[in-house]
Amino acid sequence: MASTERPDIVVTGIGIISPSGRGYDAAWEGVLAGKSAAAQDQLLIDEGVSVTVSCRVPDFDPDEELGRGAKRRLDRFTHLALISAREAVAHAGLVGDEDDFAVVGQDPDRVGVVLGSGIGGAETWAEEYPRYLDKGPGRVSPMFVPKMLSNTGAGTVAIRTGARGPNMTVNTACAAGASALHMGRDWLAAGSADVVLAGGVEAGITGLSVAAFAQMGALSRNEDAAAASRPFDVARDGFVIGEAAAILVLETREHAEARGATPLAVLAGCGGSADAFHATAPPEDGGGAVLAMRRAVEDAQIDPTRIGHLNAHGTSTPLNDSAEAKALRAVFGDHTDRIAVTSTKGVTGHTLGAAGAVEAVYALRALRDGVIPPTANLTEQDPEIALDVVRDEPREVPLDAVLSTSMGFGGQNAAVVFTPA
Amino acid sequence: MSQELLATITEVLSEDFGVPEDDISPDATFEGLGLDSLDVVELTLVLEEKTGVKLEDEELEDIRTLQQAVDKIAEKQG
Repeated sequence: MASTERPDIVVTGIGIISPSGRGYDAAWEGVLAGKSAAAQDQLLIDEGVSVTVSCRVPDFDPDEELGRGAKRRLDRFTHLALISAREAVAHAGLVGDEDDFAVVGQDPDRVGVVLGSGIGGAETWAEEYPRYLDKGPGRVSPMFVPKMLSNTGAGTVAIRTGARGPNMTVNTACAAGASALHMGRDWLAAGSADVVLAGGVEAGITGLSVAAFAQMGALSRNEDAAAASRPFDVARDGFVIGEAAAILVLETREHAEARGATPLAVLAGCGGSADAFHATAPPEDGGGAVLAMRRAVEDAQIDPTRIGHLNAHGTSTPLNDSAEAKALRAVFGDHTDRIAVTSTKGVTGHTLGAAGAVEAVYALRALRDGVIPPTANLTEQDPEIALDVVRDEPREVPLDAVLSTSMGFGGQNAAVVFTPA
Repeated sequence: MSQELLATITEVLSEDFGVPEDDISPDATFEGLGLDSLDVVELTLVLEEKTGVKLEDEELEDIRTLQQAVDKIAEKQG
């Protein structure tokens, strides 16, 4: 049982770079517009992959954005982590005028970083392995290991911000971003840190990974890119791969108030679970997802009927969306009909290890603004999915508590609940 | 030959490593240009592709400046 003694953990800053836009406001406007970010991907076309659609973040030049050598020394997933971290610490009022990354006014030993990532430096693998095969072991870049390791994102955020508190990368595949929020919340509750930058990052759009997901049958075969990601729709046939990063600044309410920061919302509850069932398929009844959602609501110590909105995992695969609908009903019973559900993956595609954090940001923003983004491409809802899914245009509705769910391959699930600040 | 090699290194440093061209001179040290030990190893791999000469780890121990690297490559090219 959750302790009633646990301090309120609040969110005081957000950074996000998503296919729906770059920055907290732009990324939100992008999902509100309900227009899919999916497009034909030249890399996938050039490599002859059977699926050529992806959701990329807006273009950027790593060296211009992050300093000389950033492109050569850091994998793309670390670029995304840094861009979102910089926005998050600025938003939280944690940086001074001299350096847009370095956290000031805090004991650096008490600032933690925890990022979820499902893959890590996918592009670096994709570039170096052919070099190893074609040119021999003697030509492998000495940068390969530091670029590729999946902990480099969190490590590099620490290098730039000066955060010397607990630092970790968690991997629960497509639930990793939400698991990282859970971990960060627990560090704060346990007194292991004063401030935690928690979130998720993924940049896994390579020919190899897309080919592999396609071989599994997990990806949409829809050649109309803009219509390919269609969660809860009767014609959904798989997910569209995306990339993103989102980082939330977490601290106790007491700590935030003491430094004059404005809480955006309370990270009220976190829940995790495993299906203990199958490597990639969810059990038909939603299995572990039920446990994760139930635990998150119990952890928040709120009446379940306060939940008015779910930002669903909603990947647009036939299996996931049906199982998730059943799971939601198993948790909430009749109240399910009063939960306005959306899947922002219709716009962003599936950003894998980043998704749990990206969608936590959208759920939090929905709570604050009282408006829920529509599920893009939902034209005919699957009759098997008995949910109130927001479609066509944003829905204005006052919200008192919101839920975001994530389910990863391996059967790992995570859910988070936000309540008003 | 030496001038040509220096031009090659300058091009690699400026294009692949993002070092401002104004900072690059024969007397510039790798350290002074902001290259750490991993950068230097990577630089030798790129130079190997361009010149056919590989600078070995033990040779790198005595090389601090661009001119010294040029001289060593020229010497090995014969």
